[in-house]
This record gives sequence, C-alpha cells and structure tokens, in this order.
Amino acid sequence: MAASGTFADAGADLELVGLHKRFPGFTAIESLDLTIPAGSFFALLGPSGCGKTTTLRLVAGLEQPTSGRILIGGKDVTDVKPFRRPVNTVFQSYALFPHMTVLENVAFGLKRRRIADPVAKAHEALQLVELDHLALRKPAQLSGGQQQRVALARAIVNRPALLLLDEPLGALDLKLRRQMQLELKTIQGEVGLTFLHVTHDQEEAMTMADTVAVMNKGEIEQMGSPEELYELPRTAFVANFLGQSNLFTGQVVSESGDLIVVDVAGVKVAVPKERAQRHRGAVTIGVRPEKLLLHSTAPVAEAGVNTLGPGRVIDVSFSGVSTQYTVAIPGIGDLVVFAQNMVFGPVVNLGAEVWVSWHAEHGFGLADEVLDAGEKFAADTSTGSIAQRTKEELLEELGEA
Amino acid sequence: MAFAAFGGGAAAATAEPAPLRRGWIAIGLLAPGLAYLLLFFLAPLVSLVVTSLQVAPEGAAKGEYVPGFEWANYANAIASYWPHILRSFGYAITATLFALIIGYPIAYFIGVTARKWPLIQALSLTLVIAPFFISFLLRTLAWKQILGDNSWIAQTLHGLGWLPADQNIVGTPFSVIFGLTYNFIPFMVLPIYASLERLDRRYLEAGSDLYASPATTFWKVTLPLSMPGVVSGTLLTFIPAAGDYINASPIYLGSIQTAMVGNVIDRTFLESQEYPIAAALSVLLMGIILIIVSIYVRRSGTEDLL
Amino acid sequence: MKFSLGKWLLPIYVVIAFIFLITPIAQVIIYSFNDSRRNNSIWGGWTFDKWTGVCDQQGICEAFGTSVLVGIVATIVATVLGTLLAIALGRYRFRGRGTTSLLLFLPMATPEVVLGAGLAAQFLAVSVSKGFWTIVIVHALFCLSFVVVTVKARVASLDPSLEEAGRDLYGSGPAVFFRVTLPLLTPGIVAAALLSFALSFDDFIITKFNAGQVTTFPLWIYTKKSPPAEANVIASAIFILAIVAVILTQVITAARRKRLGMSS
Repeated sequence: MAASGTFADAGADLELVGLHKRFPGFTAIESLDLTIPAGSFFALLGPSGCGKTTTLRLVAGLEQPTSGRILIGGKDVTDVKPFRRPVNTVFQSYALFPHMTVLENVAFGLKRRRIADPVAKAHEALQLVELDHLALRKPAQLSGGQQQRVALARAIVNRPALLLLDEPLGALDLKLRRQMQLELKTIQGEVGLTFLHVTHDQEEAMTMADTVAVMNKGEIEQMGSPEELYELPRTAFVANFLGQSNLFTGQVVSESGDLIVVDVAGVKVAVPKERAQRHRGAVTIGVRPEKLLLHSTAPVAEAGVNTLGPGRVIDVSFSGVSTQYTVAIPGIGDLVVFAQNMVFGPVVNLGAEVWVSWHAEHGFGLADEVLDAGEKFAADTSTGSIAQRTKEELLEELGEA
Repeated sequence: MAFAAFGGGAAAATAEPAPLRRGWIAIGLLAPGLAYLLLFFLAPLVSLVVTSLQVAPEGAAKGEYVPGFEWANYANAIASYWPHILRSFGYAITATLFALIIGYPIAYFIGVTARKWPLIQALSLTLVIAPFFISFLLRTLAWKQILGDNSWIAQTLHGLGWLPADQNIVGTPFSVIFGLTYNFIPFMVLPIYASLERLDRRYLEAGSDLYASPATTFWKVTLPLSMPGVVSGTLLTFIPAAGDYINASPIYLGSIQTAMVGNVIDRTFLESQEYPIAAALSVLLMGIILIIVSIYVRRSGTEDLL
Repeated sequence: MKFSLGKWLLPIYVVIAFIFLITPIAQVIIYSFNDSRRNNSIWGGWTFDKWTGVCDQQGICEAFGTSVLVGIVATIVATVLGTLLAIALGRYRFRGRGTTSLLLFLPMATPEVVLGAGLAAQFLAVSVSKGFWTIVIVHALFCLSFVVVTVKARVASLDPSLEEAGRDLYGSGPAVFFRVTLPLLTPGIVAAALLSFALSFDDFIITKFNAGQVTTFPLWIYTKKSPPAEANVIASAIFILAIVAVILTQVITAARRKRLGMSS
C-alpha cells in the first residue's frame, strides 16, 4: 500500500476484525471489531488502561495481536512490520530523535522512502506548525509544546494513508491546542487522510472527530457521532465518561404509546421508548444536567415534562459560562443542574428550596444493570479498583516501553 | 559502574544533582588526594621526562646516569625500536576493533534485547565481568595452553591443512591480538551496555514507524545514541592495550618477533638498566596515546552522525 | 505466528561469546585439580591434593598473604583519599574543578608500563629502596582514580533533600556528614573499595617495576615458567568467592527492591 517515493492519494480505511490482545497477567483488548471509513476523523476515547493505546500500537504494528486481523485499505497487514505499513504515529512521548536536529527529525521518514526534495517538504511541515525558525535546534532545546508540534510535523509530512495520534495535544496550552485542532482538521479534510485519534479528553474527541468510539476495559461500549454519544448514551459508563449525567434507578411501571414510565422513589418519570434500551424491569434512566430547569415554586404538571422535588440547593459553583447547582432531593439523591449564566449571579441561592424539571424527550434509558441504590455516579474509588487500574496502567506502559 | 561514569562525564548522572556549594571545606577534602596525586603521579611523569634526558658519563657503570639534556636519547629510542612502537599501536588498534565488533552485540543483547528479563541481564553481566576475577596471568596462560602446539585446536588445524605443519598459533601476532582482544572485551562491553541500557525503546519504535528497516534504525538511531559508550569502551581498550606486554611476551602468547613497546621498556628498565631509553620510550608511548586520544575524542564528540 | 530465525541469531551469538569468555576460566579451575608434578600444562588426572595442600608449594602462601596485605592497605588509602575527593568534586564548586577532574582521569588513561616506569624512576631518583611500601603507594595511586569515579557517581545520585533534612536535625557540619552523608554513600564506598582491592590484588605490571624483592601473588606466578596447580587453586578460590559475592549482592538488591514494593 505504501507506494515508496510518492504520497498516498487519499486516506485508507481501517478494519479491525476480532482483535484480541493478551499481555501476561491481563487482557488489554477483549474482542474488537471496528471499521473506520477512509477519510474520516475517528476518535478512540476512554480512561487510562481501557486499551485504546494498545489498539493504536496494534494498528501501527508495534504490537502483535494475540488473535484477529488488521486490514488497511483492504489489505491484511496483521503480519506486516511497522516500517512497511502506510501508517505514521504521533507518539505521546514525542520520541523525537535527540541526536538529530528538528529538521532532520521531520525529514527522516521522507528520506527513508526516498521522496524527492525531503528538506523542502520538511520545512513546509515545520511552517505548518509554526516552528520553521527552530529547524536547526535539537529537540532538547525545545519546550514540551514545541516538541509535540515537531512530532506532529514529523508524522504529517509523510502524508500517510492512516495517521495515528496518541494524545497529541496534551502538552499544549489552550490557544495553541485550539489552533492545532483546527489545523489538524484542515489537513485531514484537504488530503482526505484517515485520522485515528486516541485520547482521554472527551472535549477534544467531540470537537475534532466525525465518529467517536468510547472504549472501556478492552471493548468498545458505544460508537457514533459525538452528538449521538452525548445525547443518547447507552451505558452508564458512557453516560458518566462523556460529560456528566443524573442517573436514577427504578422499576418500569407502565409502557404505553411511545413512552415508558419509571417509578423513581415514588415519582413517575417518563422516557421515550426509542431512547430507552430496556423497556421492562429495573432500569437506570438519566438526563443531562444542562437539560434541567430550576423552579423556585412547584411547577404546574405538564404533559411530556418530568418534575422532581422539592429539594434543597446544597452547592452553587460558578464556572464562567455556566453555574453548576447541586440539588439534594430526599429519597432520590443529589442532582446536578447546569444553567447558562444569562444574568449576573446565580438564579437560586444556596439553601433555597427548588424543583427540577425536564422535557421527557431529553431523558435516556441505559442498557446497564441497575446501579447500587444511592450511587448515581459509578465512582470507582475502592482501593482495590484503584490498585487494579494502576496495575493496568503500569502494564500498559510496560507494553509500550 | 565505574566505567559508566567514565563515559566522558556527559553521560553521567541522570537525576538532578544538588546545586554545588562553595566552601573552604572543599580545599580540606581535596588537599590529601591532590597531594597524593601530585607526589605520586605528576612527579613520576616529570621524573620520566627528566630521566629520558639523562646521559651516561664516561666510564659509567651499568645503570649510572647523570642529569642532562640528551635529546639524542629519543632519536636512539626511535631508531632502535620503531618497529616495536608501530607494532604496539597496530596490535592495539586491531584488538580494539575486534573487541568492538565482538563486544557490541553482547552489549546490545544485554542492554536492549534482554531488557524484559532482568535475571538474564544480571546473569549475562556477571558472565561478562567474570574474567576480571581470575588472575590475568593465569587466564592468559590458559589460552596459551588451549591454543598451544599440542592442543586439540592446533592439531585439528594442522590436520585440516589450514595451518602449515611447521607453524603454530601461539607466538604469532594472531595469538597476541587474540589475547589482547579477549582481555579487553569486558572493558568494551560494559560502557556500551551502560549507554544502550539507557536507550529509550521508543526511539526504535519511532524509527520503525517512520519507514526505517531494523538495519537502518540501528545505523541511524541506535548506533549514534550509543556513541558515548563506544568512545569510552574503545579508549578503555586501546590505551591499556598499547602498553600491554604480557600477551606479547614469549612466556605467554607472544614470541620475540611480537615484542611490543611494553616489552622493550620492561627489558631496558629492569634488566639492562638503560633508564634513559626506557624513559624516552615511555614518554613517547604516552605522548602518542594522548595525541591519538584527543583526535579521536574530538572527532566523535562533535561529529553529528546522521 | 511464523518462526523467525532472525530473532535467534543474536542470542546464539551471545551464548557462543559467553562460552568463549568462560573457556580460560574453566581451564584454570579444572587444572587446579590437576595431578601434576612439574608442568601443570600436562594433564595428569584428578586430585584434590593441590587444594588441601596448597601452602606446600613454596612461597605461594606468603605471596598470597603479601598481596592481601598490600591490597588492604592500598584500598584503605585509596578509598579514604578518593572518597574525600569525590565528595569535593561532586558537591562543591571551586576553581580548578575541571583541572582536578582531568588530573584524576589521567592515571586511568596512562598505560601501566608508563606508570610503573615513572614511579620506579622517581623512587630511583630519590633513592628510595623498593619494597612493600613502594608497592602500596603505587597501588593506592592507580586505585585512586577508580575510587573517585565510583563514589562520585554515587554522590551525584544522592537525594539532596535527605541532607537538607539532616541539616534541619543536626545543623551543618560534621554531624550531618557522619550521620547522613556517609551512611548514604556507603554502598558506593564499599563498591569502590572492592573494586580497588580487586585491581590491587591482580596487578602485575606496575608492581613488577616497583616491588624490589617483595613478591606478590601475580609476581610469584610470573617467576614460574609453568605455574603449579596450587596457583590455580588460589586463583579459583578467589574467583568463586568473587562470583558468589557478586551474585549475593544482586540477590540482596533484588530482594530489597521487592520488599520495598518496587517493580524491578
């Protein structure tokens, strides 16, 4: 696929078939089936240790799958060595060659493939990341953010059919990060390259990607457009990992028409059937904090609107664009409400008695098993799970090293 | 260990060291050691130079010399012993090259390949330094026995016709270089290992990701990054090898035809008591080594290997 | 998964290289069991006699004792002086720091013949007769540089906050040095001392130039055309001791790491 001497004309699609990766002691990837169409910007999102970096390394060829196949542009590359794959990686650790100048680093891949005019092209790539004036410096003389940009340039300059990015923008400040996000999207769009972006930063994933896949414990929990994932999460993990959610558990008491009604601590809450994964038994339903409305007096009951309350405001947290209110409703727990700061100051004060309502069509129902009563956020703070996570992170790091 | 720190100082501590303090106490700490060095290192070197210029007065007994400025001593030394000088450096360079070729893969194995198995690393390192712990003289003699005229190796080679019937292995330049190489392999392996051990595997991954085959990655990435260790190793090998004379001695692996400068210095100093000649040769040896070393270090230090 | 031959090339080479490295060692050890009379290079059969009666060989045990004694004294001198130098170089700024480093590097860069001849020439010039003490002086000299390099590496890796804590507790000065710095440096000092002893014990060339009538173990071996099996016995014993010590250190360090919960 990698035509030596020329650039790829367009991106290639990536297919992972039944991918399974086992390290001594634990399984990083259970079973992964994924197709990323050519020319798309795809984000693999998940917490540390979920297997996303391992997936990236498998695609790059730096690890071998225990079983399964990897196809790039229709060609099976599972047994192909990394230097023969039409893939380039932007490493999280930058991995810039310390004994070469920035320019030599960027020109490295071009020279290996005997592309014409490598130095000129390297300069172009450096201009793209605004670092051409430092072309003759050594990596050690650059700041972390500058090194990251060089790493980007070094990969992009090769115009690979598939570009892998491992948390590439982490060390950049906000302004530069926005700039690079735009730049990356532009480059990707222009040449139609396929980007696979691995990150734990959900905001970044949602901003840049066409498609996002949320990974957890070696499997993809849900995949789709950012809007789809955010507004219609299917599992508690996705609901909590992408933004925040208010989750309630209860029994389905009736289903009629296109709604199911769930009994939440005595209150009837309606959820559209097409937005609920399960229609009977004990279910967990949820609603996003920004969809909630605060009322200082008991609101009139309306069709299609769910109301909870009264409760007390126990926390008011200002964050510029919006204010976060935490409302404690007896019998149900703490709800989080985001309200855009349309006016100065909070709309309700600490300690005030409030009601919370939302349009039923904004709610969602999860496919998961019922969570523990009172535990809305599956906060995994037990020592055992922290140790497990740390171990997995370490092992993943070792696998990388 | 010691050899890792030997690596030109630049390759030393990776941790952020404490800021250096000024203090009078430094002088107190330095004084004894420095005095010792001055007295027993610098002064002897000066003595050598002085001795090299001495002259034998008329009718002097053996070993009797008076201070002078007999530069002719150097001329005589070179005239009489230039083959030995050339031979010494020839053997030393050859042995260093062989030690590098033989030792680098060993260092690579321990420092890179075996990184996931610390037990194998520890075992390998122990094996590499094992020769240090057995008497240098005895192990050289062991080689003499193994390669000797009656050994199975010699007999096999004679039998196969690869070695003419009247020629031996021992007592030839080959055996001397063989002995030198063997002796200094640990000196070569350890600094290179120290360099390679610190090599971040991710550089190799980046090389592979950027279309470099394993061979190319080695040439363009691994080797340049291990240069500090290679420089240390070659210096630690070449310098002692140039002055060695045990391997070249007829008692061990050499013969009269393989005599090196060290043998001559030994003989002229301790036996024939021709102190000025011995001293002149010593100064010459030291001087040439210093010149070669400074050229070498300067070249590999500043050269950017791409 | 295909079987790739390339992966095995290096390990096979290394195994062969190790066999090559060990061959003469094995030879020396094996021949310490040689039932030989005059010439130890001819195999005469297995025997433990040389091990049990090692001192029967005339002069060998005295030479061994001399070597040990020289080694101990030279090590003490070199270690003390070297540690002080290493602390000075590693901790303090002073004029001529670069020169001092260079000065310490030079003995390591000087061939042994030159060092040996130089010192002998100097002793000659000041009419000092060669003997035990000249050997000690000479050994301490070339061990000095190695001690400094070893301890300096340890000094560089010390955590400065530990000494600052010490200064909090004990105030500046000798108390901090003896109660905090020195104990922390001990592993490095011990390593340097062991290295120094090993270098001194096996030294031949420099010793030959400066020994006078005194015989150290290597010198004793050199005087024999064919060193007897007893020499092999002593050499083998030292070898085994050294290897055991090295292995023990590795095991202790590994065990300590495990206890502290660090992954190796």
